[in-house]
Amino acid sequence: MLQVVCIKQVADTETRVKIAADGKQLDPAGVTWILNPYDEYAVEEALRTREKAGAGEVVALILGGPGVTTTVRNALAMGVDRAIHLTHEGPAPDALQIARALATELKGMAPQIVWFGRQAVDDDAAQVGPMTAELLGFPCVTAVAKFELNGEKATVEREIEGGREVIEVDLPAAFAADKGLNEPRYASLKGIMAAKKKPIEARPAAPGEPSLEIVALELPPARSAGRIVGEGPSAAAELVRVLREEAKAI
Amino acid sequence: MSILVWIEQRDGKIRSVSREALGVAARLAGSLGGPVVGVCAATADPGLAAMGDAGAERALLATQPGFEHYDASGYAAVVVAAAEAVSPKAILFPASAMGKDLAPRVAARLGVGLASDCTAIDVEGGRLVATRPVYAGKANLKLSFTGSPAIASLRPKVFPAGAGAGKTCTVEALSVDAAPARARVLRVESSAAGKIDLTESEVIVSGGRGLKAPEHFKLIEDLAEALGATVGASRAVVDAGWRPHSEQVGQTGKTVSPKLYVAVGISGAIQHLAGMSSSRCIVAINKDPDAPIFKVADYGIVGDLFEVVPALAEEVRKLNATV
Repeated sequence: MLQVVCIKQVADTETRVKIAADGKQLDPAGVTWILNPYDEYAVEEALRTREKAGAGEVVALILGGPGVTTTVRNALAMGVDRAIHLTHEGPAPDALQIARALATELKGMAPQIVWFGRQAVDDDAAQVGPMTAELLGFPCVTAVAKFELNGEKATVEREIEGGREVIEVDLPAAFAADKGLNEPRYASLKGIMAAKKKPIEARPAAPGEPSLEIVALELPPARSAGRIVGEGPSAAAELVRVLREEAKAI
Repeated sequence: MSILVWIEQRDGKIRSVSREALGVAARLAGSLGGPVVGVCAATADPGLAAMGDAGAERALLATQPGFEHYDASGYAAVVVAAAEAVSPKAILFPASAMGKDLAPRVAARLGVGLASDCTAIDVEGGRLVATRPVYAGKANLKLSFTGSPAIASLRPKVFPAGAGAGKTCTVEALSVDAAPARARVLRVESSAAGKIDLTESEVIVSGGRGLKAPEHFKLIEDLAEALGATVGASRAVVDAGWRPHSEQVGQTGKTVSPKLYVAVGISGAIQHLAGMSSSRCIVAINKDPDAPIFKVADYGIVGDLFEVVPALAEEVRKLNATV
């Protein structure tokens, strides 16, 4: 069984966002780049599925500039067999463009399962997974918190407001992994060494025309520090008073 | 020309987030032109005529036995059919669990761009500009659309619900030939009865590592109950397995904008601050007066949370008894 995990390189969650001179994107100076945390759950679930089946191949698919190779190697070090790098220079493509490029590549691969993270922690769009699935004609479940494969079907759970949907899905299908799906493994030293020899195929991405235009990237208005109402439990009454009378929050 | 709004129902009831989207649509219709048209998929009419009050002039209803639960591809076919019927300038969804899943499919089918989880949407110089938080709220991205219709999903609890529009909403049947679903919701398992999702809560009380042990979260639950609040948690305590991921606030968790956010024993790591800084009023309780959380809090109490939180819960209960 072929599983493809679509991964993205993102700025580390510790990043303090600075806006670039063009006013439209993140200033990349000093940013540490990591594998998108939600994609780690996707990689882990693909590896576990392969291990349970005792056979099969897991391929990582990534779109980005030359700088994404370290992130690809991280996925390979976790145990992914090989990688395909769709190269793209210039401004970041929008979600539909990325989905188009991924779907074009995936069509030729005929995977049984395509994995995504539920969203990338940079643009927080949560679009590429379901869009790619739609372009492939695959069923898709987003925000998967539990996954179980039974032959040609999978039973999965997805968190919704106040509960979970239990969903049965016919393969081939796409899934977007949520935090809590599993505990991603750390790459072993052996895995890191092996990753250096695993193949990364590179070819140009085919994203097509953009459907969104960036007007501006702005920092939100800074919150100013408020005031300390008091110290210890004796301040509780005063806090309730100001919340009711000043802030009108209770 | 029109503005199309996805009206979300669950268990045959229209969810309040749909009224928020209708309210936005009614406002945008003032500049872009109307009418506001709702579209809904269900097994029977969930009471769409009442959406006239929220701004809808028409509602298109697709009924099918399989529409009892969310059917991603079937519901997407319904929205696409509605879009073909009314040629909207924009399609709005609530950015609920369903809307976040459905909107990208509709956008892909129509081959147009989607601005997801927006916190503002306005007409500027004749074009629609959507603002959406990125990096979990560390920055805001403003987007415009190169094609039509423009599609946006709207973050819950940010926009006022449409009300008092005084429109008469006519309900029309929409026939859709949806293929059998290849992803079927077998059942919905509800968590604690009546529990409101963090993203839709007016008041949130969150606990962090300062609580020292998972069992001490009963202090948080007690204060939350007094305030009518939903319980949240920091990444540290979720990663430690004390609380489920559904309660995590911040990057790799949920971004929230409640009326009141109370942070207890949370120092304020940048990932956490990103996810709650757009709350209207922030209260911090922490023993460390230099904790970064105080830099974003409107009100703070410096002290031992094990003493402060019970005292605060008691004061809130006293207030509740008088009002």
